[in-house]
Amino acid sequence: MPEQLLFAMEVTLNGLMAGVLYALVALGFVLIFKASGIFNYAQGVMALFAALTLVGIQQGQVPFAHLINAIFGTEVHHFPWQVPSLIAIVLAAGVMILFAWIVEKYVLQHLIGQPDIILFMATIGLAYFMEGFGDIMWGSDIKKLDVGLPQGMNATIDQVTFDWFGYGFFIDNLDIVAAIVASLLVAALTIFSQYSKQGRALRAVADDHSAALSVGISLRFIWVLVWSIAGFVALVAGIMWGAKSGVQFSLSLIALKALPVLMLGGFTSIPGAIVGGLIIGVGEQLFEFTIGPMIGGATQNWFAYVLALIFLIFRPQGLFGEKIIERV
Amino acid sequence: MTTTTDMNADSYVTADGRTIGPVVMDMKNITLRFGGVVAIKDISFDIREGEIRAIIGPNGAGKSSMLNVISGFYKPQEGEVWFRGEKRPPMKPYQVARQGLARTFQNIALFDGMTVLDNIMTGRLNHMKANLLQQAIWKGKAEREEIANREICEKVIDFLEIQHIRKTPVGRLPYGLKKRVELARALAAQPSLLLLDEPMAGMNVEEKEDMSRFILDMNDEFGTTIALIEHDMGVVMDLSDRVVVMDYGKKIGDGTPDEVRNNQDVIDAYLGVSHD
Repeated sequence: MPEQLLFAMEVTLNGLMAGVLYALVALGFVLIFKASGIFNYAQGVMALFAALTLVGIQQGQVPFAHLINAIFGTEVHHFPWQVPSLIAIVLAAGVMILFAWIVEKYVLQHLIGQPDIILFMATIGLAYFMEGFGDIMWGSDIKKLDVGLPQGMNATIDQVTFDWFGYGFFIDNLDIVAAIVASLLVAALTIFSQYSKQGRALRAVADDHSAALSVGISLRFIWVLVWSIAGFVALVAGIMWGAKSGVQFSLSLIALKALPVLMLGGFTSIPGAIVGGLIIGVGEQLFEFTIGPMIGGATQNWFAYVLALIFLIFRPQGLFGEKIIERV
Repeated sequence: MTTTTDMNADSYVTADGRTIGPVVMDMKNITLRFGGVVAIKDISFDIREGEIRAIIGPNGAGKSSMLNVISGFYKPQEGEVWFRGEKRPPMKPYQVARQGLARTFQNIALFDGMTVLDNIMTGRLNHMKANLLQQAIWKGKAEREEIANREICEKVIDFLEIQHIRKTPVGRLPYGLKKRVELARALAAQPSLLLLDEPMAGMNVEEKEDMSRFILDMNDEFGTTIALIEHDMGVVMDLSDRVVVMDYGKKIGDGTPDEVRNNQDVIDAYLGVSHD
């Protein structure tokens, strides 16, 4: 096999893996959008906050340490313990559920019946609040996130492909883990929303609030549920991205990468988020590999957005989104 | 059991052989204000088990407000709501629904993204008790429940003659069928009181006849207690056992269709009164 083709295959595989990570972030958006029609601007910051919390708990950091030290003149930074990864993840998930409950009680509850744009604005406020709150709580330094996920090149794939083609593929172990976790998450969420009682209620709330109330669905419960799930998805995304590039403010910017994914896949479709993520992941890599060298490279920075723009022009509902027909 | 046709008795039998039981829903001195506007002023009436009760009145009389008070969407400033012999504390609409009260809306509130069958299945949500874990395993309780609930929904679908659109997304249906699907969802909940907000609004003559037939059959076959709002007097008079007439938020008449028809206040409200 020609080396060019092998190289293209490797690039495609890596693109798929990267795409899964994009899809993971996009998934959080889709969940909240489906259940409440809100575009949750804070989703990226939620991922950052979740990752910060996870690292904080794991390393036994004292929350609000700087604040406490500044006020009381003390010198506390860490508890004398470290928490095992698994327990830390469970605790961080708990914090995200608590966060969902607080958002429902103090933000959404007061905005029932308001136009979507108001709710959207509220999530922007929420994003900035959480950004600052996360900093005060856990400090703003760059943190290393290590929950024991395998990292570095996968030796088996390298060896196998080398034996077959005489060219070893470089696939990162972390990407493989991320792909598996994301697939499981998507399968679970799809089954949940299609076949469970709560899933049916969730889709009902997404369509019509009054009708949902009239069949006995509690909006509060559904909203807390859906923000909890989105918080959990944010935690998973935070872990994967955090393990890759450290936990720092730029983590919240991955939300920007999720936008083109959503435009492609459609805002209301869980499978859409996955396919959109994969298309962008692969497209980005292949474009950089084939066209990139001709136009000076660094095409990853804009490729996704241009693709999204094209979709907006020709198929604004995305690949899987519901076509909106307004009856006049 | 003694049968009587005396309407003042605890339970009586109508001319067409249906049994009307004791009071299910009792509204006592309800007053509802929006700021300075009084939508409902000191209205009392009751709904008895098994009857078709109509609330009529000209546009803006406060009929829909009344229905929203019954179903918990509005909270009256004064007055009491008694349901099945107990005073109802202030409740959220979903809690009222869980007590066994189903309703339809004037401007159709359906789940457009879901199929007809799924829409009707949401009417059964309150009857499903299996927890998430049982649903995940999908054996035993969860499966039995789904099958039992599905059967009830299929019965309702047959009854309302919408078999041919079971799998169609509701958003694609014409107006008349949407109204029928909404009715099906409410009926699937097997409510002890069914509230219909202008079930015939915007329909043509044929659709109105169908809807009237469904309402009568529902009441007759399942013994469903129905309270409905209409401003088309003709339809209501043929359907209902008793009628409440509202005008400008006040009750101006209450009784059998015949009594109401001959009530001077009602005639004035509907036909206008000359001021000479």
